[in-house]
Amino acid sequence: MPLLSVMQLSRYFGGLAALSDVTFDLQKGEILGLIGPNGAGKTTLFNVINGFHQPSKGKVVFKGKNISRIRTHKICALGLARTFQVVKPLRRMTVLDNVVASAFLRAGSKAEATRKAHEILEFTGLRDDGDTLSKGLPLGKRKRLEIARALATGPELLLLDESFAGLNPTELNESIDIVGRIKERGITMMVIEHHMKVIMSISDRIIVLNYGEKIAEGTPGEIGRNPLVITAYLGVTENASG
Amino acid sequence: MKRYLPFVILMLLVLLPLAGLSTYAMHILILVIMWSVIGMAWNLLGGYCGQVSFGHAAFFGVGAYTSGILYQKFGISAWWGLPLSIIVVAAFALVIGFICLRLRGPFFALATLAVGVILRVSAENLTGLTQGDLGIMIRTRTWVGKIWYFYIILALAAVTFFLVRKIIGSKLGYYFVAIREDQDAAESLGIPTTLYKTIALCISGVLTGMAGAFYMNYMGYIDPKVVFALHDISIVTIMVVMVGGAATYWGPVIGSVIMVLLAELIRSIPALGVAYQTLFGTLLIVIIIFLPNGIAGDWPNLKRLFGLRGAS
Repeated sequence: MPLLSVMQLSRYFGGLAALSDVTFDLQKGEILGLIGPNGAGKTTLFNVINGFHQPSKGKVVFKGKNISRIRTHKICALGLARTFQVVKPLRRMTVLDNVVASAFLRAGSKAEATRKAHEILEFTGLRDDGDTLSKGLPLGKRKRLEIARALATGPELLLLDESFAGLNPTELNESIDIVGRIKERGITMMVIEHHMKVIMSISDRIIVLNYGEKIAEGTPGEIGRNPLVITAYLGVTENASG
Repeated sequence: MKRYLPFVILMLLVLLPLAGLSTYAMHILILVIMWSVIGMAWNLLGGYCGQVSFGHAAFFGVGAYTSGILYQKFGISAWWGLPLSIIVVAAFALVIGFICLRLRGPFFALATLAVGVILRVSAENLTGLTQGDLGIMIRTRTWVGKIWYFYIILALAAVTFFLVRKIIGSKLGYYFVAIREDQDAAESLGIPTTLYKTIALCISGVLTGMAGAFYMNYMGYIDPKVVFALHDISIVTIMVVMVGGAATYWGPVIGSVIMVLLAELIRSIPALGVAYQTLFGTLLIVIIIFLPNGIAGDWPNLKRLFGLRGAS
């Protein structure tokens, strides 16, 4: 049984089909890359899976349970966490408190939540920033705080929405390293990313969205050669005659 | 030292009546402490959980009327209103929460504003229950002196202060602040935001309602215009917290000292008449511009301003 099944999923905003008839499975332990041009519906897909939006058609099944009509916080309690492309730090809380607040989901006491939070800050390389107010954090670290917070909720499936965008090369390598170590912990991931080098290197499989439709699915190698994908990204080549 | 500050202040207040203060001074003290309770209660919901209520008079009034109706209709001591208002106001807050807490930000604020007005109009017209504009009067006050009223409200304030501190240091507090900072993020971190906002509203409402029940007993007279007042209760509540410092432990206490003293001062100048509201409004604007975090919140800046930080 796949960990996550998205079945004939459609989501309309007025007359606009942000997602139409998207179907795919996600197996436990894999990293699934999700790419597509701007406005292709990637974040909308996350928003539907995560319960912010309800599907107009189709359904989302997580661990054998239909979660299409379940509230976001319950989906998180089932073990599905996400990060945000436009980071949403709890600004007037310290970095540590951000993570403690998340860790309370599975901790019986404040001491336990705090211990878990410290462990996760260590894991994500934010140990020295624990006492910083999260609004004072530079972007690279805010992106990592998003990951830390999501991890603190103890997920089985983690949705990463452009966690690598805007990072400098050092931060980028650190984040790739963190994703690798998250995978080692047995956490399944779905990753939205524009950075082709990153997505090609970390993904086991990639699906491509364009105008809300899934246009391709396969290994990074297959995707890189797929003419539909190349067209979606680079446009149609006119027959060059001159 | 800082750890023991609340206990030191509490001890001083407990001993204060022994100093033989005038009846007027005791009255002012009682008002200050009552407003601290209301401010701390509002602060829990508005300051920490970020749900700004413009209708806290509703809870205050429901508490006051719980007391008043017990006395008027059932002929028992209005003091029973203090424990009973816990149940009545909690039930009321659940209903209000169910309706209003699905709204966010300014929409929630407007809805609570409406709730306050609805209750005032209802109290004016449900004459069978509330005696309408006639109000409810307690014919024989429990005590002539002030001292027991002072200790009762002081006890309520102490309970409120330590309760708020306990809550803020716990899971509840983390969840409240997370909701204030970003409701979508909180929800996706597994926090049932509607539930926790309702909890904040209930606790805040109940504490405010108990202050209302106390008010009935202390003042001996209530009517809808007094206890459901938009300006004199709901808005002043917000000002107490804004002036003192939202989301701080001492802010509401500092704010209520300033607001009560200021109100007394201004009322002692008869020439001002209702213009005192203009003064309050101006004060609020000045505070928001120059001390957006209130006196307690901007204390470090204030100290620097007055050179208390020493030359550096």
